Amino acid sequence: MCGIAGLIHRGKSSDVGSEMTSMLTALKHRGPDSTGFAVYGEPNAGDYIMRLKVAEQEDMASGYDMQDKIDARVAMVEKRLAEHKASIKAKDAATPYAMRYVITHDGDTEAMARYIEDVEGTEILSLGNSLELIKDLGDANVVADSYGLRDFKGTHGIGHTRMATESDVDIRSAHPYWAFPYNDVSVVHNGQITNYWLKRRQMEQRGHRFMSSCDSELLAVYTADNLANGATLEDSLKASIEEIDGVFTYLVATKDELGMAKDTMAAKPLVLYESDDMIAMASEEVAIRAILPQEIDTTDPYDEEIRVWKA
Amino acid sequence: MESMSVMAEDMGYDPRAGKTRDEVEGTTQEDRARDLGMMSEQLKNRSMEVFFEVGEEENLVYPYADKVDFNKRTELDCEGKPTTQVNKDIRALMEEGYGTIVLKNPRGMHSVGVGILNKLNLIVEGSIGYFGVGLIDGPNVRIKGRVGWSCGENMMSGTVLIEKNAGSTFGAAMRGGDLVCRGSVGSRTGIDQKGGTIIVGGDTGAFSGFMMQRGRMVICGNAGKNLGDSMYDGTIYVGGEVKDYGVDAIPAELTDLDKAWLTRKLTQYGLMPEKGVDHFTKIVAGKQLWNYDNLEPNEKKLIL
Repeated sequence: MCGIAGLIHRGKSSDVGSEMTSMLTALKHRGPDSTGFAVYGEPNAGDYIMRLKVAEQEDMASGYDMQDKIDARVAMVEKRLAEHKASIKAKDAATPYAMRYVITHDGDTEAMARYIEDVEGTEILSLGNSLELIKDLGDANVVADSYGLRDFKGTHGIGHTRMATESDVDIRSAHPYWAFPYNDVSVVHNGQITNYWLKRRQMEQRGHRFMSSCDSELLAVYTADNLANGATLEDSLKASIEEIDGVFTYLVATKDELGMAKDTMAAKPLVLYESDDMIAMASEEVAIRAILPQEIDTTDPYDEEIRVWKA
Repeated sequence: MESMSVMAEDMGYDPRAGKTRDEVEGTTQEDRARDLGMMSEQLKNRSMEVFFEVGEEENLVYPYADKVDFNKRTELDCEGKPTTQVNKDIRALMEEGYGTIVLKNPRGMHSVGVGILNKLNLIVEGSIGYFGVGLIDGPNVRIKGRVGWSCGENMMSGTVLIEKNAGSTFGAAMRGGDLVCRGSVGSRTGIDQKGGTIIVGGDTGAFSGFMMQRGRMVICGNAGKNLGDSMYDGTIYVGGEVKDYGVDAIPAELTDLDKAWLTRKLTQYGLMPEKGVDHFTKIVAGKQLWNYDNLEPNEKKLIL
């Protein structure tokens, strides 16, 4: 089933972290397996924020030497960052297996990202100037508390509560997906994609990497591919309605935009609230009501509808 | 009808007479289920017409229907309560005789007011989520906010009036009563509609009236693609543009009787367009795909 939510404040920063947490808490019944947030703070030019995981949550329960392995992987990641002349300005670890680095780097971030992901068990969850991508098993409160999300200030964000239907319950199959290697682009999706393998083979032939067998990852890769070919976010969303088969409603966020697309059958829900200073959307109205208790007007986008909003 | 009374005599009571809660005190679950016509094995292959006779509909009283007084009004705050508790509270209030219940702070809560088989004025001051007031038989509901997916699904009788927009599958499999939305609705409105009237003040999305079997649907605004796809019967009226017709849905002549009915219904709910109802398009089933008159229509193969 899955629940998706998005929020964009026009022209100002707000408590996006706590607002997204409230919205996804209200959507918990749509998917209790994992929760993820992609939130966008004020862009800090020059510095990159990199979030990565070096192991799965379930790995932590297996093997006496798991902590040693993780330490070795982290050391290897830092060594490879140094090899790419990236200097680490700050380092946090919310959980033993998930790291957050603030780095200064002025080379090719894609080459660096590929080199780091070559370390065993390592996946870069996000890389960008303003994107912070957090995902883990558990509900929105658990994830927000363990990653300290509630105090986060930003302009916009998207989030997802997952009910696993197409792949396993683990972090690699959790949403949002970062559109590797595009800095600051993330995707959340509710639905099933039926031409997943066909499209995945096409994308793999073009050199894109897939880290999971979750069909939603395709949308992130597909968006990245379109952006690489010079398409705008709007073009990419429009093309996806023709080229992606199945039932889907998905949200894409970039460093200053938020977009939505709905398939031709309009089979997956989305409720939309628009005002001059903010736009909120979610699979169910109950999520929007969690942050806007007053009486508001909301609408359902129709089939084949795409929308893009600027922050 | 004769066999009905014979059977009723055998059973020792008349299932159509209706009983109040006091009267059914002491009866078993099985007796009550039989009263509701749920024990189908007792029907002995008789037609359902006995239970759904036209003249009888208005007088049908459920065996445990509460005697409510519309002048007795109360408020129910949904804040912090789970859906099941809210629905239980509504039942408890009806049992106490409250005929007008105002729900406060529903905040998009799902499944509010489902399964009310009683006369009742239910006023919802706010918006509700999925499956709101589904499976109802009798109440008059007024929702001042918006509703989510599948509002009024399977409703049997009564009226539901929504002041703002509604989600998809509005009035799915509805059997009777009036379901009215002043705003716009989502996709698949009236899918599998089996009776009653759906009225939408604004637009509707794709696949509206899909597999419609009976009843009427009025869309004052525009309709999305595949309108009336695979409809068996029933009538759809559209005031605005129709994006495209579904398989076997065809436009038909708007008769004076249609206009009179549209005028009466739209005036009743304050949705009468300024330019009248002459511009409405009437859509019916072509009956090429499914035709009850022929068991195996030759045309069916041509169409498929």
